[in-house]
Amino acid sequence: MNAQHFAEVFKQYDWEAVKAKIAQCTPAMVEGSLAKSRKNLDDFLTLLSPAASPYLEAMAQQAQQLTIQRFGKTIQLYAPLYVSNECQNICTYCGFSMDNKIRRKTLSATELVMEALALKSMGVDHVLLVSGEANKIVDRAYFERAIQTLSPYFSQISIEVQPLDQPDYELLQAAGTHAVLVYQETYHQEVYKQYHPKGKKSNFDYRLATPDRIAQSGFHKIGLGVLLGLEDWRVDSFFNALHIDYLQKRYWKTKYSVSFPRLRPAQGIIEPNFIMEDRDLLQLICAYRLWNPDLEISISTREREKFRNHIIGLGVTSMSAASKTNPGGYVVDPQSLEQFEISDERSMEEIKAIIRQAGYDPVMKDWDSSYSGRVYG
Amino acid sequence: MSNLIIANKTFSSRLFLGTGKFGNLQQMQDAICAAESELVTMALKRVDLQQPEDELLAALQLPNINLLPNTSGARNAQEAVLAAQLAREALQTNWLKLEIHPDPRYLLPDPIETLKATEELAKLGFIVLPYIHADPVLCKRLEDAGTAAVMPLGAPIGSNKGLKTVDFLEIIIEQSRVPVVVDAGIGAPSHAAYAMELGADAVLVNTAIASAQDPVAMAIAFKQAVVAGRMAYEAGLAKASNQAVASSPLTSFLLED
Repeated sequence: MNAQHFAEVFKQYDWEAVKAKIAQCTPAMVEGSLAKSRKNLDDFLTLLSPAASPYLEAMAQQAQQLTIQRFGKTIQLYAPLYVSNECQNICTYCGFSMDNKIRRKTLSATELVMEALALKSMGVDHVLLVSGEANKIVDRAYFERAIQTLSPYFSQISIEVQPLDQPDYELLQAAGTHAVLVYQETYHQEVYKQYHPKGKKSNFDYRLATPDRIAQSGFHKIGLGVLLGLEDWRVDSFFNALHIDYLQKRYWKTKYSVSFPRLRPAQGIIEPNFIMEDRDLLQLICAYRLWNPDLEISISTREREKFRNHIIGLGVTSMSAASKTNPGGYVVDPQSLEQFEISDERSMEEIKAIIRQAGYDPVMKDWDSSYSGRVYG
Repeated sequence: MSNLIIANKTFSSRLFLGTGKFGNLQQMQDAICAAESELVTMALKRVDLQQPEDELLAALQLPNINLLPNTSGARNAQEAVLAAQLAREALQTNWLKLEIHPDPRYLLPDPIETLKATEELAKLGFIVLPYIHADPVLCKRLEDAGTAAVMPLGAPIGSNKGLKTVDFLEIIIEQSRVPVVVDAGIGAPSHAAYAMELGADAVLVNTAIASAQDPVAMAIAFKQAVVAGRMAYEAGLAKASNQAVASSPLTSFLLED
C-alpha cells in the first residue's frame, strides 16, 4: 500500500479493535518484543500495554542505552514564546478557549523583540512560537513578520500555531521556520467533536491531514502528540505512532518529534477524563524510544520537578525550561492569561545544573540559521 | 609508524575524533588529549560563529589540535556550501568535513549532492573531506572533483557495528590516490585496528568513545589500536591461508630430470 494521505491509513484501523488488542497483550509478547533488536509498531503496541508495565525497569534500561547511542549524553534546551492568547475555538480543556472571558493579548513587533531579548539573556537559542487560533488577528502574515523580527536573535525558530493551508506553510518555511508542532489532541473522532464543539478546530479531518501539508512544505521537523487526559492514552498513543510511522516512510527527509502534553489545571477548564500517572508516562516514553531510536522526545514544564529530574537519561532528548505560557510572560505583560500552569518553575540556570548533575551536557545551540535559509552577521 | 599527509598538513596521529555526544566539555577535552588526536571534527550548528567566546570553540582551543568543521544538518549541496563559507570566514580554516545527509534517521550521506558540493568547494579553495558511502566509483569521481581525502563509512553512523562494508573499503584503499579515512560505525578498538591493517590512512571515531562508561580510557584504547593496526600494515601482514602449502603436486614435475 502506498497511501497518499494519512486518512487512508487511519480508516483501516478501528479504535475499539486497537483497544482490545492492547488489552490482550501477554507477558510472553512483552518479552518477545524486548528481545528484538529492531522493534515495529506491533512491538510499540505491546510495550505500551498494561502487560508491559511490570517490565518498566528493563524498558528504561534499553531506552537509556539507545538514547545515549543515538543522541549522546546531551539534552537540548528551548523555551516557548507565546505570541497571542486570542482564540476563536472552544476547547473545553484549554485556558485560551473562546468562552473563557478574559483579557486577550497579542504581541507587537516591539514586544516580540523585548521578549526575545529576555530569552536571549537566559541563553535561549532555540525558540518555539505559540499562539491560540484566531485567524483574523494572528494569521500567516503575522507569523511571517514575527519570524522575520525574531530571526536575528535565534538559531532555530519553530512554531506551534493553528493548522494552516499548504501555501501558507510554504511561506513560513521560506521565512526560515525550522519545525511545526501540531497535536491531533485525540484520534478518537467522536470524543474529538465533544471537546472541540466550535470553531475551525472542530474539523477533525483537516487537522488529521495537517502533518501531510507541513511535510510537503519542506520543514525540517514535525512535532506530533496527543493531549494526554482526553481519552485512553494507550490507544491514542498507538494512533500517534501510526501517524509518525506513515509520515516517516513517506517524508523521509523530515525529522519527527513527539511531545507529551498531560492535561494541567488552567482557569475555567474541566478536569481530565483519564488520569495518566507518572509511571504510565515513563512507560510511554520508553515505548516510543524502543520503537523509534531516532525520534526526538520532548518534555515540557507541564511536568513536575521530580519527574523532570529523573527523566533525563531515560529517552528524552529535549526539554523546555523557565517557560511562561502567556503572551508577554517574560517581560512585557507577566499578568496576561496563561494557557496552563507550569509545574516546574526553575530558572534556565537551575535546569542546566540539574542536567549536568545527571552527567549530561545541556545544549543551547544545535542548529544554524543558514540551514534554514537565514543568514545574518 | 609513518606520518599521514592530507593536503598540506602532516599528522603523526591517525586517529581523528568527533566532538558530539560527550556528557560535558571537560570529558571531551580529556578524551581528545588522551587519544593524542590532532584533528577533531565539530558540527558548525553546535557553535555560535558570531560569538568569539563560544564554549565549545573555546574548549577546542588545544595545542596541536586542528579543527575540522563539519556541515552536519545540511540536506543538499547548496546548504552545505553556504555553511562552509560562513565557517571559513569565522573560523579561519579552509578545512571542511562535508556531510550531507538528507535522511535524518540513519544520517546516510547523499552521494549526488556530496559530489556536487565537493566540486564547488574545491573550486572555492576548500580542503574537502567528504563523508560518503563505501562506494569505490564515487571515490574516484570525488578525486576528479578535487577532494583532499575520502571518508567512507564502515557501518551506519553511531551504530558501533564495525566494518560492514569491508569488501568495498578494500577496493577503495587499493584504488585511492587520496587518503582514505574510515568514518562511522567503528564501535570498538578492534574495528579501528582492522581498518588500519587493511591499509586505511586514518579512522574517525566519536560515539564509541563519547558513549563509553569511561571515555578517557576508551580514547587511550583506540589510540593504541590505531597504532597497532598501522604498524602491522606497515610491517607487512602475512597472508592467511586455508590450506597448507608444503608440497607442490601440480608443479613438482618441473624439478624432475
